Amino acid sequence: MSINRREFLKIAGISTVAGIGAPWAINEILNRGVEAARVLPGLEALVAKRWAMVIDTRKFRTADDYKRVMDACHRIHNVPDIENPKHEVKWIWTDTFEHAFPGQEHKYMPEDIKHKPFLLLCNHCERPMCVRVCPTKATFKREDGIVMMDMHRCIGCRFCMAACPFGARSFNWRDPRPFIKEENKEFPTRMIGVVEKCTLCYERLAKGLKPACVEESNGGLIFGDLGDPNSEVRKILSSTYTIRRKPELGTEPSVYYIIGGNENV
Amino acid sequence: MFEKALTGSRRYWVWVFILLSIIGVGFIAYMRQYTYGLGITGMNRDVSWGFYIGQFTFLVGVAAAAVMVVLPYYLHNYKKYGRITVLAEFLAVPSVIMCLLFIFVDLGQPFRIMNVILHPTPNSVMFWDAVVLSGYLLLNILVGWTVLGAERKEVPPPKWIKPFIYIAIAWAPSIHIVTAFLYSGLPGRHLWLTAIMAARFLASAFASGPALIIIISLIVRRFTNFDPGREAIQTLGKTITYTMILNVLFLGFELFTGLYSNIPGHMHPFQYLYAGLEGHGKLVPMMWISSILAVIALILLINPKTRRNESTLAVAAVVVFTSLWIDKGFGLVVGGFIPNPLERVTEYWPTIPETLITLGVWAIGFLILTLLYKVAVSVKEEVVYDKYGEKQVKLFK
Repeated sequence: MSINRREFLKIAGISTVAGIGAPWAINEILNRGVEAARVLPGLEALVAKRWAMVIDTRKFRTADDYKRVMDACHRIHNVPDIENPKHEVKWIWTDTFEHAFPGQEHKYMPEDIKHKPFLLLCNHCERPMCVRVCPTKATFKREDGIVMMDMHRCIGCRFCMAACPFGARSFNWRDPRPFIKEENKEFPTRMIGVVEKCTLCYERLAKGLKPACVEESNGGLIFGDLGDPNSEVRKILSSTYTIRRKPELGTEPSVYYIIGGNENV
Repeated sequence: MFEKALTGSRRYWVWVFILLSIIGVGFIAYMRQYTYGLGITGMNRDVSWGFYIGQFTFLVGVAAAAVMVVLPYYLHNYKKYGRITVLAEFLAVPSVIMCLLFIFVDLGQPFRIMNVILHPTPNSVMFWDAVVLSGYLLLNILVGWTVLGAERKEVPPPKWIKPFIYIAIAWAPSIHIVTAFLYSGLPGRHLWLTAIMAARFLASAFASGPALIIIISLIVRRFTNFDPGREAIQTLGKTITYTMILNVLFLGFELFTGLYSNIPGHMHPFQYLYAGLEGHGKLVPMMWISSILAVIALILLINPKTRRNESTLAVAAVVVFTSLWIDKGFGLVVGGFIPNPLERVTEYWPTIPETLITLGVWAIGFLILTLLYKVAVSVKEEVVYDKYGEKQVKLFK
């Protein structure tokens, strides 16, 4: 059999493609690659079936009550302090009732509730839209319900930001590092062009510590396992009336609010 | 065949050079964006997609519109389109390339783009969009090049190409349907969360794409010896008449449901776009220009006299294209983010570097379009007669 130059090149080309592609394809089929979602909890780690948080807004009264909580989070996670609101990065912040719970407000509601700031953060939804839309699985849900971010895989397409109905996600519009006042060497800083958000202090849970905001809240934030009927969060949810943000969208937020003004503690 | 793009008149090279310089300026602006970050654009935490994704969305429509020429020709044997199928296919190619480039320049970490393939995620519409767009690009290069190659040798196209042509016809709407799904499946974005989104996308695509083919056909006839044919252009005029009517109707349906239902979330984006919301109304003039242009287009297109007159048809085509470019390349994407999920208004307007990068990508598209059309037109000028024995070149240059 004789082959000419053209045919030889064709066969050589196809063989090269097959040679490179086949091992990868076989590997993909056999062990489906390694997903970033795979984690093994350590011995001292706090574990749960599904983490949740109750925000008792009655316990937040002074500006300092909020500031302590937000600062603790932003400080240990190297969240940059960018003043321009267009480029700001925030993991936990506040807004008033009509913005936190749009459509729930009415003209005659108590003045103190109307003007009170409400703490807002990622809801760690049971059915997170951000995870559904992410084209690289850079954002994913852990088995314990935490919606995680792999900032090394994120391509910065911002589909998750369009999909999140709670405005919980921030994008690094510019290099965040010059805006970090005091860098916490224990936690990575981020680079230009990736999305970030609250990760429910997964790094602290792994060491057996509660999230930083919970620790600083003086009992205003209650953290626990929804899967455990005897947990504190379950006890509160079954005894006190709580609401969630935009429940009608079906994302099943894991953050619950006890709504109260300043005087009726 | 490609060598035909390497010889040309002085005018051809001047045009290529102008495009190259715009590309150069865009590239410099992109380098600046790459080092500084996307903060150099007008996008922000609340309006997290802007001009780039708008252009992407609009151009997917232009690319899909090739089917409006290819389908009547191959499925209904509409012979008058025989000469211009390659023009439609060669318009789809740079359009898809521009789409991919607009995605690329919009990414925060562009060099991680292969993560989409390394970690395929079928639950993400973006994954499917990447699949259908690249498939469509390959199909159009393959079909356009093969059919043109056959025409050059004055033989019928090879039989094996037929299945690819039929696949390309079925594939075309899919690229725009999937692109619509990027938007219409998101909870909490009221402007986008509508079942008619894909239909509206198709209608606007099948108006803006053929409008561009009309404009380009007229330009090609003026500046080269190839004549796409008066009747083909007239039929395209009818296509854009119906699709533009559908598009305006669909927008009207959206406005009715949004405004009559009185649901605040559904009303707010429309209020922002057409009247301004809480004192913010940067997009209002643009949206009204788009609406007025749409009305002018319908008058020029529905009236048979102005549609049959090639000069007024050309005006109508430009007006359709501009109106839809504003509506889809700007208003639809930005409007979806305003107000934000917390019912606050943050506005968006493209910055100068962002505009230069956008122009640069368009210039790349036009450069590819110019090269492909140069090849196609040169072949047609040489062959003189089309497949059906009719002269496809003008007598005098």
